[in-house]
Amino acid sequence: MSDRLTVRKTYKLYLGGAFPRSESGRTYEVTDAKGHFLANAARASRKDARDAVVAARGAFGKWSGATAYNRGQVLYRVAEVMEGRAAQFAEEVAAGEGISSSRARAEVDAAIDRWVWYAGWTDKLAAVLGSTNPVAGPYFGFSLPEPTGVVAVLAPQRSSLLGLVSVLGPVLAGGNTAVVVTSTARPLPAVTLGEVLATSDVPGGVVNLLTGDAAEIGPWLAEHADVDAIDLAGAPAPLAMELERSAAGTVKRVLRAPAEEPDWTADPGLSRLRPFLETKSVWHPIGV
Amino acid sequence: MTHVLDPSALTGAGSLTGPLPDPFADVTRSEDAFRAFLHGLPGVDQVGAENRVKVLGTRSIKTTAKAWAIDTAISMVDLTTLEGSDTPGKVRSLAAKARRPDPEDPGCPPVAAVCVYGDLAGVAKQALAGTDIKVAAVATAFPSGRASRAVKLADVQDAVGQGADEIDMVIDRGAFLAGRYLDVFEEIVAVKEACGSAHLKVILETGELVTLDAVRRASWLAMLAGGDFIKTSTGKISPAATLPVCLVMLEAVRDFRAATGRQVGVKPAGGIRTTKDAVKHLVLVNETAGADWLSPDWFRFGASSLLNDLLLQRQKLRTGHYSGPDHVSVD
Repeated sequence: MSDRLTVRKTYKLYLGGAFPRSESGRTYEVTDAKGHFLANAARASRKDARDAVVAARGAFGKWSGATAYNRGQVLYRVAEVMEGRAAQFAEEVAAGEGISSSRARAEVDAAIDRWVWYAGWTDKLAAVLGSTNPVAGPYFGFSLPEPTGVVAVLAPQRSSLLGLVSVLGPVLAGGNTAVVVTSTARPLPAVTLGEVLATSDVPGGVVNLLTGDAAEIGPWLAEHADVDAIDLAGAPAPLAMELERSAAGTVKRVLRAPAEEPDWTADPGLSRLRPFLETKSVWHPIGV
Repeated sequence: MTHVLDPSALTGAGSLTGPLPDPFADVTRSEDAFRAFLHGLPGVDQVGAENRVKVLGTRSIKTTAKAWAIDTAISMVDLTTLEGSDTPGKVRSLAAKARRPDPEDPGCPPVAAVCVYGDLAGVAKQALAGTDIKVAAVATAFPSGRASRAVKLADVQDAVGQGADEIDMVIDRGAFLAGRYLDVFEEIVAVKEACGSAHLKVILETGELVTLDAVRRASWLAMLAGGDFIKTSTGKISPAATLPVCLVMLEAVRDFRAATGRQVGVKPAGGIRTTKDAVKHLVLVNETAGADWLSPDWFRFGASSLLNDLLLQRQKLRTGHYSGPDHVSVD
């Protein structure tokens, strides 16, 4: 047995393509399912959330303007890098969620498959959700799905990787940029996902990962006038209704919190893609 | 040729520029004497200056103090548009914004001035009629300053004729860096005369002066020549306004008032984009020059995008939630 000292890790946020500490300087201890120390994580503050929204807004033009094909390629590349770090993901999922390593490995595989699945959707959305409309005149009428904008995501609290990928994937596939508040007690797979995103081709600011407390940061994101939509998947039950109410003040799209955290292995269909897309209809004269 | 300059002769009867203030009455008697004076100013400790602004930058300004700082900063903004593509329409919309920066909130103070090119000063003057908002015009072959003295003076007279209340002139950096200080001095004196009753802001273009020592010398030179304000930059050169430069200039105006009794204003311009930057500048003003300078009469921000960030922060304080760029005008 080696007497090497353990390297204790203090993780940081993933914000605007960089890894800053929380503006507040706060950290908290992350433990495994049995209560043993795993690592320190940054506890994001409302100002980190504000900075994240600025970064996400700045990245929106480029990401939403990229061709659907290009977005698909970039997201597929993320899945490739995830595959290379599957062992690390599995270890973190097993420790955090207290499941066997074989079950954790299956979760990771499902998460990577889910990411690939959403990567494939990018250039099919317009065909499936858009339409050529019948009109009574010498015009064409088209309806096209367009990204909503900056989406705040409160990630699921229990499923730390598959759940996270299942809520983040659809937001990105549609061309939105995201500010994600990760699972409070199980943030490590999200931190690693941040490292994956930073080393793949996703432009900085498209995904911003805030480790910390959804109950603390959620209200600021729900009220923020520059956030266009919010996914309440991981909002604690008593808070969810409150967040919906404050989101109404700025007319956000709200994806409501499920009564209970769903089984993320189920086929999600388009249920999480559609809420973060706006339909734009255009008329075009028929050339004669 | 030696430059023998008698300040009282140069700024003869009817001029608004008085003789040089007492302790400095003879510093411009010759090129050599002036150089000796300017180079005799105490050297600036650059590391010390950078440290000083770093420490002051960590001051935490919150709640009511922050609200005061934001409103003060808004009232100090010289709302600026200096593009080749400026049009009368753009100047008019800028003037409307200057009157009511936040249309949703009548409690928001107006800005200090609108800063435009000389040919549009008339449009700005008309659009701001009936308000206390000043019209500032850049002149003297802004931004490079590379034109003959006659052209520069004509430029100033034209802007004043159009109704400009304030003239932002650029110094001849080429002459300054070559050590022809008296040429620069004479030019500022001549421009000041051409300004008549308009206030004169002297742009040092600190980004081209290289060292803080040169910034201190240029500041003193501009103040001795009669500038009402000293301004960091044109905004066309990077780096523009930085905190260490502003510190040195604030020290200069403080020392100048202590020596002569005349107060000169300071205007950092260019590169100040966030409320945080603006608040850092206000802290620097208070700690360096003193509270006497915390007024739009003595301290200005030359900026365009800064105002929107100040308004966003103001909305945040008023509504309790973060605002976004959709809630301020696009200039």
